[in-house]
Amino acid sequence: MHIMSIHIKSLNHLRRHIMGMDTKNVISFILNDKPVQMSVKGGRMLLWVLRTELGLTGPKFGCGEGFCGACTVLVNNEPVRSCQYPIKGVQGKTVLTIEGLAKNGKLHPLQQAFVDNDALQCGFCTPGVILTAYSLFLKNPKPSQTDVIQALDDNLCRCGAHTRMLQAVHSAAGMMRGGGPR
Amino acid sequence: MKEKKNVDQDIVEMSAPFTLNRREFLKLLSGGIIISFSIENIYASEEAPQQVRSRHEPDDPNAYLIIGEDGTVTCLSGKIEMGQGVITSLPQILAEELVVPLESVKIVLGDTDLCPYDRGTFGSRSTKFYGPLLRAAAAEAREVLIELAAEQLGLPKDKLYVKEGFVVEKDNPKKKISYASLIKGKKIERRLGKDAPLKPVSDFSVCGEPRYRTDSHEKVTGEAKFAGDIHLEGMLYARILRPPAHRAQLKSIDTSAAEKMADVRVVREGDLIAVLHPSPDGAAEALEKINAQFDIPKEDLDQTNIYTHLLNAASNKEVIEEKGNLEEAKKLASRLFDETYLNCYVAHAPIETHTALAKVDGDSAMVWASSQTPFRAKDEVAQALGLPAENVRVISPFVGGGFGGKTRNGQVVEAARLSKFVGKPVQVAWTRNEEFFFDNFRPASIIKIKSGLDESNRIIYWDYANFFAGERSSQMYYDTPHFQTVMYGVRGGRGSETHPFGVGAWRGPGSNTNIYARESHIDVMASKAGVDPLEFRLKNLGNDERMQRVLKAAAEKFSWTSAKSPSGRGYGIACLDYLGTYVALCAAVDVDKTSGKIQARRVVVAQDTGTIINPQGIRIQIEGCVAMGLGYCFAEEIHFKGGKILDTNFDTYQISRFSWVPEIEVVLVDNPDLAPQGCGEPAITGMGAVMANAVHDAIGIRFFELPMTPQRVKSALTGA
Repeated sequence: MHIMSIHIKSLNHLRRHIMGMDTKNVISFILNDKPVQMSVKGGRMLLWVLRTELGLTGPKFGCGEGFCGACTVLVNNEPVRSCQYPIKGVQGKTVLTIEGLAKNGKLHPLQQAFVDNDALQCGFCTPGVILTAYSLFLKNPKPSQTDVIQALDDNLCRCGAHTRMLQAVHSAAGMMRGGGPR
Repeated sequence: MKEKKNVDQDIVEMSAPFTLNRREFLKLLSGGIIISFSIENIYASEEAPQQVRSRHEPDDPNAYLIIGEDGTVTCLSGKIEMGQGVITSLPQILAEELVVPLESVKIVLGDTDLCPYDRGTFGSRSTKFYGPLLRAAAAEAREVLIELAAEQLGLPKDKLYVKEGFVVEKDNPKKKISYASLIKGKKIERRLGKDAPLKPVSDFSVCGEPRYRTDSHEKVTGEAKFAGDIHLEGMLYARILRPPAHRAQLKSIDTSAAEKMADVRVVREGDLIAVLHPSPDGAAEALEKINAQFDIPKEDLDQTNIYTHLLNAASNKEVIEEKGNLEEAKKLASRLFDETYLNCYVAHAPIETHTALAKVDGDSAMVWASSQTPFRAKDEVAQALGLPAENVRVISPFVGGGFGGKTRNGQVVEAARLSKFVGKPVQVAWTRNEEFFFDNFRPASIIKIKSGLDESNRIIYWDYANFFAGERSSQMYYDTPHFQTVMYGVRGGRGSETHPFGVGAWRGPGSNTNIYARESHIDVMASKAGVDPLEFRLKNLGNDERMQRVLKAAAEKFSWTSAKSPSGRGYGIACLDYLGTYVALCAAVDVDKTSGKIQARRVVVAQDTGTIINPQGIRIQIEGCVAMGLGYCFAEEIHFKGGKILDTNFDTYQISRFSWVPEIEVVLVDNPDLAPQGCGEPAITGMGAVMANAVHDAIGIRFFELPMTPQRVKSALTGA
């Protein structure tokens, strides 16, 4: 794990210098169903652009090196650690943050299941966990407990809400089996 | 027996109010100490606010609640919400005592301008100590409302009763007057002039009912605001130059490259060297451009030799309790035991790092802080900026986990100083590296226990020496005629001058180590005596029926069957008293003999928390204690060399993951005769022992040091 962190860091460093990502780029992408076009240094991490420029504070800063998952957002439906993901990488793609999951004021079944199961405490890891589980559902509408644990295992929760989160994901899977995930 | 000291281990600088629970009182009586007030008063003190109110806590009901013109009631509390659930349970207490619908109660937490003074959210004290204050305020408000209604309706008070926010005429229930119309949006100006009667627990209808969290919707949608989510126009983000090790001295610094960067401001104010930028990543980039050289003192202390260091440094022996004659007892014992238990430094590691946004305008300051102690932060900011305290307002919005670590407010003072310096709002959010570096770790500590059993396997002798763990839960609760408990280190077991970096209160301070040692040692004796560990405990608990009850409840739920350890089943048991909350745990583990990895399969917790306010909240806290506690059992350990902290992130510092968490079952043992006790910490303090006992039962190896990492288990199995 430690070796990986060095690897990620040096890779980012390399990307910046070889690809000239410190210069400003015009980046277009779909953010929570809405088109966004912005002029931004392409090497900046998605997390900071979302939180600072775009006012979306659902993705959280937890560790800054991709270990905790609090900053997780979905890019083309895949969970990414936005603290490690250069904004340039979202060009032409869709980005989903927790703010985009509820539609028309109605919670997504996963969010509702977290509420119904009291599946959170401090709530700081919650957005990342829900989005990671949502991404799993898109690929696998009937995940086993093992599938869910495997998908969520790199999302850290310090309060110890794990068992209720697993219950919530399980019950959401049941709820969605009728209509399937959106 | 000597009088027990009441050392506050949650915050070392402040002393706890002098309160006794019933058991402590009875203990004092048995020691023959004369108490100058009546038994009735002492029993009442479990709930009576005058016993828990310090001179800082107001007694005016208006400080605790506001009855709005629209019929809503606002509950005001200086407590903060960090996941433990007071946002749900405090309104339950208020709704119950004021007699209003729970749905009509809103809550404001952690705002030093709006909320009554509070020492901080720690020590499982919110329900136990703030609850009585809130109840007293609500009861007084209710009685005053009845008085006002009586006058308005021209009826004697005993012809009236209260229901769902109304004062109602007994003989004609259609005739009623709402609280809102009695108060008309104003303050409650009248005082009762005496203590208002409290609703008896047997009449409770809102408390005792499971209530789901009221902050879930905000937290699943991303709307919930934490300190780092507050945005102010023109705000700047700071990154601060940090030394590579504690006690390192800045030798030289060159900030010219950072200063040349666009939008960067370099600030040097005394010891504080920081870069400010309109974006957090911009500030981080600027910090990298600072070239600083430090002198790092050569120090050899590390996680392996720290225990020798601490033992050598231990002084200031304090006898916590003693009874009988140890020398005589030793002679009476047929079996003697002498073991040493070690516990390492562990980090609080909340997922939200210490964060604050400060806005200093001239002679006033406004701060949003991830803090467990907003009122303390207010005083610290006032002092740092040279402002009167009343000019400083601190708000703790949702806090992303605390566990004791956010009782310290280093980041708050940094943000305030920087904001004052640049005249703009400044956010300081510690990086994960900073969080590990500046954390006040749970102290490394040593417990030495000498003990003896007589022919009938009764504990006849108990000599308990605590080095630096902290006093809490070090007292003996098994029935033994000869014992002493002594503590070395400085008061409260902290010894910050002895440890190579800051140490402090970690969820269940003191107790995690003390209970790990004591309850391991109980099993060491039971195993040697060839007695089932549950039977051994029940036999040696004497007349402590409350402890026996939680043990039996846990064992029953677990389907414990008698066997001497090691049985090969991987079953463990432990029990404890944490500040008046009684807990028993049973666990089942698997040990993978190839990898050395321990997997907890099942944990049952039975807990007697006294009167229950929110059973749902208690269950969640207990589950959290089990899941979080696995970390210090199996993985968490701070590695260091001198003042350099080698763990800087979650790659090397592993905390519990989804795959680690066992099936958790909770039994709430009913005890409505006892006032509400704390529930945020108790269960975690039993995790070390129950896991060590279960591992011993599985593989016959006793671990006298936590954590039981795969490497340690493997080494033990191969005899390496």
